[in-house]
Amino acid sequence: MTNLDKASNSNWTIVFICWIIASVSTLGSLFFSEVMDFPPCALCWYQRIFMFPLVIILLVGLFPFDKSIIKYALPLAIAGWGFAFYHYLLYSGFIPESIQPCSQGVSCSETYLDLFGFLTIPMLSLISFSTIIVLLFILKRRLSK
Amino acid sequence: MKKQVIVLISLVCLILLFVLGVNLYKSQRAKKYEFMAQENASTFVRDYSQTLGSDDAKVYLVKFSDPACETCSAFHPFVKKLMAANQGKIKLVIRYAPFHDGADYFVKILEAAKRQGKYWETLDIMYKTQRYWASHHNPQPQRIWQFLPSAGLNLDKIKNDMNDPEITKIIQQDLADAKALNVRKTPGFFVNGKSLPSFGYKQLQDLVESEIKEMY
Repeated sequence: MTNLDKASNSNWTIVFICWIIASVSTLGSLFFSEVMDFPPCALCWYQRIFMFPLVIILLVGLFPFDKSIIKYALPLAIAGWGFAFYHYLLYSGFIPESIQPCSQGVSCSETYLDLFGFLTIPMLSLISFSTIIVLLFILKRRLSK
Repeated sequence: MKKQVIVLISLVCLILLFVLGVNLYKSQRAKKYEFMAQENASTFVRDYSQTLGSDDAKVYLVKFSDPACETCSAFHPFVKKLMAANQGKIKLVIRYAPFHDGADYFVKILEAAKRQGKYWETLDIMYKTQRYWASHHNPQPQRIWQFLPSAGLNLDKIKNDMNDPEITKIIQQDLADAKALNVRKTPGFFVNGKSLPSFGYKQLQDLVESEIKEMY
């Protein structure tokens, strides 16, 4: 295998990992809402709007490998990250609840899940979006070399 | 070709994991409710709860409902038919989960009607006329009053009784129990402490029938 092949294989793997993260996040959020019956709040929906399509477009970018996937996936991931970060601030109390945009029954700051004392649902979302963004930026640098 | 295989295997693994998680979660939840039904029966049925059916019935059908909820209304005749088909074997317990905005108001009317011995008549009228006062885009709770006389109620007494703080306490206790039992949507059914595997008419009928088979 030539060096060029190896490099292109790693690039493919980076997008593949992003796809796995997006898929796990999508299935996870569906598990919370459809199986555990946690009602998704308005902010959760905005994050889903940007996470769900990543599963499809990252998969399309894998076959055949298309480096312009960065151009399409990155804006979605960054927009989702923005909502996740805002949600995280709201959840952890840095932003007071009075200015939160949710209404009608479902509160954006009610804690439903608290794994190991620090892992909450908005936190999971923030981690997913952050990892996807970092990986896509790494890929971008590798490709521009 | 190899890459396609990797992706395909990952996809299958993820979906399998998801299905496995669903089954694991559901079986654990069922166990938890079973335990609660044995140890904490009052979470399912409180002393004040309105019931229908024979006291000798061995199958308790607990319904967490909201007078303003369309699906609760749709299930009402179905539950009645189920009870008629299994005469004396089912006891229906009505619990409140007034999740709709302002639905407390109707629960208060219903509880006040109970004091006049017209609970079921009032509930029937409420469900039948629901579309006139509980429309989602234009709720008009006041319109319910024009229908209430047909249940044979003394309206002045209702207006007086419905503000009793005892009724507010009942609603709060029911909401707390609904939360403890993870009821987030209405109607929420429990048959002898078992929850529906998934929501639907058929699922409710199957669960009730399997409980009847087990108990009789």
